[in-house]
Amino acid sequence: MSSASFAWFARHEIGLFWRDWTALVLRGKPHRRIFVGLAIAGFIIGMHVVAWFTVTDTVDLAATDPRAVFIFVSGCALVSLSLMVSQSLEMVTRAFYARADLDLILTSPAPSARIFIVRFCAVALMSVVMSAALAAPFFNVMAFLEGPVWLLSYFALLSMSAIATAIAIVVAVALFATVGPRRTRVIAQIIAAVIGAGFAIAMQLVAIVYFGNVSRLSVLTSPELTGSLPPVASPLWIPARALLGDISAVLAFCIAGFGILALSIAAFSSRFATLALSTVGVSEQSAANSARPARFRAGTVRRTLRRKELVLLARDPWLLSQTLMQMLYLLVPAFLLWRNYGTDIGAVIVVVPVVVMASGQLAGGLAWLTLCGEDAPDLVQSAPMSPHIALQAKIEAVLIAVGLAVSPIVAFLGLVDLRAAAITAGCMVLSASAATAMQVWFRAQARRSHFRHRHASSKIATLAEAFSSICWAGTAAFLALGNWLAAIPAAMAILVLVFVWMIRPREA
Amino acid sequence: MTVRQEDAPALSIAGLFKSFDKPAVCGLDLEVEAGEFYALLGPNGAGKTTTLRMVAGLLPPDSGSISIYGIDALFHPVEAKRVVAWVSDEPMIYDKLSPLEYLEFVAGLWSVDNRAAEARSGELLELLGLAPHAHERCGGFSKGMRQKVALAGALVHEPRLIILDEPLTGLDAGSARQVKSVLQERVAGGVTVIMTTHILEVAERMARRIGVIDRGRLIAEGTLEELRARSGRDGSNLEDIFLDLVAESGSGADEAAA
Repeated sequence: MSSASFAWFARHEIGLFWRDWTALVLRGKPHRRIFVGLAIAGFIIGMHVVAWFTVTDTVDLAATDPRAVFIFVSGCALVSLSLMVSQSLEMVTRAFYARADLDLILTSPAPSARIFIVRFCAVALMSVVMSAALAAPFFNVMAFLEGPVWLLSYFALLSMSAIATAIAIVVAVALFATVGPRRTRVIAQIIAAVIGAGFAIAMQLVAIVYFGNVSRLSVLTSPELTGSLPPVASPLWIPARALLGDISAVLAFCIAGFGILALSIAAFSSRFATLALSTVGVSEQSAANSARPARFRAGTVRRTLRRKELVLLARDPWLLSQTLMQMLYLLVPAFLLWRNYGTDIGAVIVVVPVVVMASGQLAGGLAWLTLCGEDAPDLVQSAPMSPHIALQAKIEAVLIAVGLAVSPIVAFLGLVDLRAAAITAGCMVLSASAATAMQVWFRAQARRSHFRHRHASSKIATLAEAFSSICWAGTAAFLALGNWLAAIPAAMAILVLVFVWMIRPREA
Repeated sequence: MTVRQEDAPALSIAGLFKSFDKPAVCGLDLEVEAGEFYALLGPNGAGKTTTLRMVAGLLPPDSGSISIYGIDALFHPVEAKRVVAWVSDEPMIYDKLSPLEYLEFVAGLWSVDNRAAEARSGELLELLGLAPHAHERCGGFSKGMRQKVALAGALVHEPRLIILDEPLTGLDAGSARQVKSVLQERVAGGVTVIMTTHILEVAERMARRIGVIDRGRLIAEGTLEELRARSGRDGSNLEDIFLDLVAESGSGADEAAA
């Protein structure tokens, strides 16, 4: 293998990826291999069981109208594609900004475009993995039932990821050209978040509006839609037919998919190195100036810390995109509740659990940022104050930030229904406090920029945080309805909190 | 009850031990006089940073005692921290704050009067050449600028003891001179400075006394002349003396090669 060839770069990348992945999964404990292996095997078997039963329903659909199957598969493919584009955009952008070994490679005599081409092909492979985890069991079950031709569907999936990567490359290059390297990363993150959630949410909202439930399947199998579909032979069905194992469709779809990726790479590969170099030393913060005049404010140590945390939170663009995502996802349950119960119990009541749930989730994220994502831990620790003061100030900052975010909604509720507003405020405090407490107990020092990996530090805390927020949302909903059943989710929320406290790491 | 002794040494360490996977600091005894510029030298992994982190209250020792201007730093950490500033080789600043906002934050942590802190911040930013960038966020700053912001933060609360761990790493000649000049001014004003550095010329020129640490123990200490006398190499520079001392101590082969 000659040095700096495509194969040489690919081997280098695979080696690095494998080490990163094993380090992430095993966390330095080789004995976890067995546990991880068993978990993966369990997931694969479970997914195949699910696929086995689901395939029967799909076959029933096929008996009525093949286009119903096509539209169902196309809908699923579009959801997958939106997730793939979201994931690819994030990874493609990161490839331009990551410095690790890029400076070394770019300063070497090796053709710089090769490393990017290898990395973008890796992006295509990576983005197919997540979809394959869900789709592969279906392909395998169909291959078992109908014959090995179904295994060709894997190529269709690969073609989809190639298209997603091509879209991501075009979007990333366009962002560099329009908003510049300073802002591209943040805007790409926001676009990725919106694309990832947007399509699935839109389908759910349509399902709720027209069919009264949250299932995307309702939209895809509705007579209104199937009645207006193009004929079976239409080229529009090529992706669906490819995913269903049709040889000619697989061939056409692969030529199209890989062709689009090749075209996008060919069109922009000469600019990859330039774009990567343009990101050196830029920061989205460096352009921003503080408009505040140079006037220091008096205050206690606690107030100083609180103020600093609030300023940092307000200036966090990643937090903005994450909050936007959470709000987008909460649209679905809010809309479903309004659709199902709004006319009977008052539309205002359905907002109550949604706000409570959002408060808990938001508090969890903010608590991680303030407690774990402290970028100057030595400074705070070397300051003349008790560690409790710093902790208190940070917790206060989290609760204030959550309060500021949701208080307009609570205030609006108060105008319409004072009791509902009071319940929302009370449960919101409980939900946010519980999520914050969990982050306090499981806190571990990290960089603020590692926010997107925060769930990896403690999956138990993350799950408990979500479950606690759901329980407090349930409590708020029942209280708003004046139902004594509110005691049940409240008790569950308290039990979760006690459980998390009992299993907390002792050194925290 | 801690009583600050005006004539107490700036730093007094006795029998300090700290182990991680293996011993890092082994029964270290060290005393630094008030108003002294003290350079702590040693090969990589000698225990310099671990020692200084324990002094700054960032790491609890396994045993031993640390006294700062007569204040027992292990029993009265808040009192001790009030007079200490810590600057690490990796600047501890916030990307999303401007230098001025950072200094306001640090002054708040040390409960410095806001008017005094504001005036002092302006002077420090001017002195370190950061005034034109006072309102820019630190995220886009170079390593040297970040280090200078961190140093300004360390000085804004007027500490009596400044501990610097490799403060000149990555600084250009101009920035390094600014930092050295600021530190020398502070020492002239009675402030004590303890600094680790691998740039031996800096230690040679700036430090009144030099301590050499290896494998968690102080293997030599004194003025440059005293160290020369001890090594028996008249007229030799600190680099030669340091390499001799470390080689004598047993772990210097690699360092000497480096």
